[in-house]
Amino acid sequence: MSVLVDHFDVFASGLWLTFQLCLLSAIGALILGTVAAVMRISPIPPLRWVGTAYVTVFRNCPLTIVWFFAAFGLPALGSNADFLRIPGLTSVFSRLGVDIPYFRFAIVALSVYTGAFVCEAIRSGINAVPTGQAEAARAIGLTFTQNLRHVVLPQAWKAAIVPLGSVIIAMIKNSALAGFFGLVGELSNSGVNLTSALGEPIIPVFIGVSIGFLIMTVPLGLLLDHLERRRAVAR
Amino acid sequence: MRITRMTAIAAAAVLTLGVAACGGDDDSGDAGSTDTGSKTFEAGTTMERLNKAQKIVIGTKFDQPGFGLKGLDGKPAGFDVEIGKIVADELGIPEDKIEYIETPSAVREEKIEKGEADIVVATYTINDKRKERIDFAGPYYVAGQNILVKADDTSITGPDSFKAGDKKVCSVQGSTPAANIEQYLANKGSQLVLFDVYTKCIDALNSGQVNAVTTDNVILLGFIARNEGKFKLAGENFTEEPYGIGLKKGDTAFRTFINDTLEKAYSDGRYEGAWKDTAGKFDDQVPTGPAVNRY
Repeated sequence: MSVLVDHFDVFASGLWLTFQLCLLSAIGALILGTVAAVMRISPIPPLRWVGTAYVTVFRNCPLTIVWFFAAFGLPALGSNADFLRIPGLTSVFSRLGVDIPYFRFAIVALSVYTGAFVCEAIRSGINAVPTGQAEAARAIGLTFTQNLRHVVLPQAWKAAIVPLGSVIIAMIKNSALAGFFGLVGELSNSGVNLTSALGEPIIPVFIGVSIGFLIMTVPLGLLLDHLERRRAVAR
Repeated sequence: MRITRMTAIAAAAVLTLGVAACGGDDDSGDAGSTDTGSKTFEAGTTMERLNKAQKIVIGTKFDQPGFGLKGLDGKPAGFDVEIGKIVADELGIPEDKIEYIETPSAVREEKIEKGEADIVVATYTINDKRKERIDFAGPYYVAGQNILVKADDTSITGPDSFKAGDKKVCSVQGSTPAANIEQYLANKGSQLVLFDVYTKCIDALNSGQVNAVTTDNVILLGFIARNEGKFKLAGENFTEEPYGIGLKKGDTAFRTFINDTLEKAYSDGRYEGAWKDTAGKFDDQVPTGPAVNRY
């Protein structure tokens, strides 16, 4: 187990990069998912179709395939995902701004894939809001957008938060694929490097990698439990 | 219920027979009545055990053109495989009794330590870290790291071209070449891309995400041969990667035997023949067998 101590810096920097990736992808997935959910319940049919098509395609494709299209399909279309070079964010997350696009491709892949699940979690939350609420809002003259913003979505969020958490936890674990699509220095990729380039034994290294993922997922799970208990009391 | 009981009895009978059969094999082995390919070895050595068993498990790569590439017939082919066949032949084991298992870079030491492979011939660079866990016979070939660039690229002339920090390079994660190139990079995070296989690197080079691919020359030559006129090597090899044959640590007699076998193959032309049939298709310079290292 001495490898965990000897190469602590490798694990620590791997954890940091994976954390950055997960944070940015979670934000991306939540935005995409919310937009898609709103589209799916909107009164305009073409928007509903687009939302449904998005969920159908990305929820039913294996993540590896989605990632392949992000990492090798986008370059073929001439894009290096430069739209993610958001000023300000790039100074905090230095990998976002570098010339090598695979960190950005990883965010695209994870966000687009997870967004489909987020959409469904939020939609289930919206469905949990009693129809009387939306009808009452409409009756007092709120527009569709106002209705969503002030009445439906705030209540839907509460019902959706626990399933959303599970989706994000799954996404954190899915991020382990990033190392196989060109992202250097991410947690699982660091593990692979330690075992094969430096010849460290496999089991202790991957125990270290698991600990890294647990550090991110377990607190998130505990937070969800806490939120769920609080919500139960509030009701 | 009756059927279940009958099945159980049948299964038990089969098991008993099976165990008996195994025992029988061992007995005849001890008596030396099986065909051992007219070779005899000192009792108690690995050579004797493998010769008596008439079976050897060779670990090799299944995805390395020219060295060990598994074809549609399900059998790996390449220079490493040919070297394995020469060793098996010296042990008196016919070609069809060789069992090949896939040993990707990450698990090679593990497979040897656990005894799942008798020898590993898998573009296996000899280094001291690995010697702590296993022993190496050979080297049987000295590869060298080189850089692959697009045919019209003149801005990269060698590893020093990466020091400026604006050129991006791709390699395979966990490999020695990836570790080697790091010392030439100004910033790892913005210059190094690692994939699990080289074909993805070639793709990234094609579409311009990286400027170069680096690994051992023989692998790069394989890609040049497959993509006529699109790529070239930038400069000379800048490392020496002696490829050795991995075997269980401390088995000195077996190591000496493999080293003798290699020297024999150098002098009787089998080494040259093995090269020309396999990796020589990409690289027409026949290597002279490197001096084996009997450490």
